Amino acid sequence: MSDQLPHPTPGGAAVAAQAQDHPDHFSHHVRRYLFVFYALLFGTLITVAASYIPFGHRAINIGVALFIACGKGFLVAGYFMHLISERKMIYGIMAFTAFFFIGLMFLTVWSYADFPPLVVSPYK
Amino acid sequence: MTEILPYIVQPRQDTGLYNAKVGIWLFLGSEVMLFGALFSSYILLRVGTPEGYWPHGWLNIPIGTANTIVLITSSITTVMAWASCKMNQFGRFKLFHACTILLALTFVGIKSFEYHDKFTHYSLTLADGQIADGHLVEKSPDFDLAKKTGHIAIHGHVVNFQNKQGEELQKELKRIYDIRSPEGRAVEHSELKYDASQIASLGTYAPLHNTYTAIYFTLTGLHALHVIAGAIVIGYLWGPGSKMWKTDPERFTNRIEVSGLFWHFVDLVWIFLFPVLYLL
Repeated sequence: MSDQLPHPTPGGAAVAAQAQDHPDHFSHHVRRYLFVFYALLFGTLITVAASYIPFGHRAINIGVALFIACGKGFLVAGYFMHLISERKMIYGIMAFTAFFFIGLMFLTVWSYADFPPLVVSPYK
Repeated sequence: MTEILPYIVQPRQDTGLYNAKVGIWLFLGSEVMLFGALFSSYILLRVGTPEGYWPHGWLNIPIGTANTIVLITSSITTVMAWASCKMNQFGRFKLFHACTILLALTFVGIKSFEYHDKFTHYSLTLADGQIADGHLVEKSPDFDLAKKTGHIAIHGHVVNFQNKQGEELQKELKRIYDIRSPEGRAVEHSELKYDASQIASLGTYAPLHNTYTAIYFTLTGLHALHVIAGAIVIGYLWGPGSKMWKTDPERFTNRIEVSGLFWHFVDLVWIFLFPVLYLL
């Protein structure tokens, strides 16, 4: 979360008031969070509705559902987890993770090529 | 408050991050790999299943949708709890995180209901080779009821894969494996009673039933454990842990941020689990 707080100060609740950000500063953040929340709800309903539409090929249904899920995932990671405006080091950690995650997913694709012919039946 | 270790509260000048934030992101990186391995397994199992044998519609979509909405709502209450701390509104923080905890419990409750449904859903291989599939008429906490009483009554239907091939076999498979297909929807359920002598083998829709239930219970079980763990941490910060607000509000706000990042990750995983297991 990119919004850094000022230096810490000792003391009780009165001091807390000084230490924390002014409410006005955060009101636009709150509006953004609510917008993301509504978008996530809408995305969920669209995902369910799309699953009832016969696109003619199951692979298309899978693609549509995963595309919407990726959009929702971007909203959660980008805005709720503040990845959209994070520090460089966090991006570095995530880049390493993404590299190995993609590698892991491709392992299944590569192993698929290793099956004997006609054992695996792809979806039609 | 005197800092024992540097950068517990204050961000480092070079990275702009405090310790816990680096820690939680490293942890989340490892979590991505954990769930990634299971998603990878799911793909492999699904692609390797012969055509017609991968289940569709075995899970209740309205219930799954409701649980998705519950988790998304808990995500907004979590981020609002953190924002309330930043805006110095401790009362609102308490309210939002109370909602988060209740929503987490609701999610686990709904998931338990779904699990129970699977553990009372029987698949009977009959002595004549047919398969009877359905829920127990009289639900019992004893899942091994049939073995003890010698008979079983289910509300379900019978399918027969014997001597069927090609198109005919695919249609019969859909009656049990693809509940969302026209053939699956056309199935009519009735009360079926069998004595032990008529049953060759039986089992519930437990993880052992097939590869779909195995990966379903593994993925959702691991996810549910994360929900429970997150709820415990948030519950602690909402209750006894909230005393820190009076002595060190910045550090407390950081704790809310870090626990919130974990909670959003749990939500993120479910966003992919829901379509993959319920809809596709």
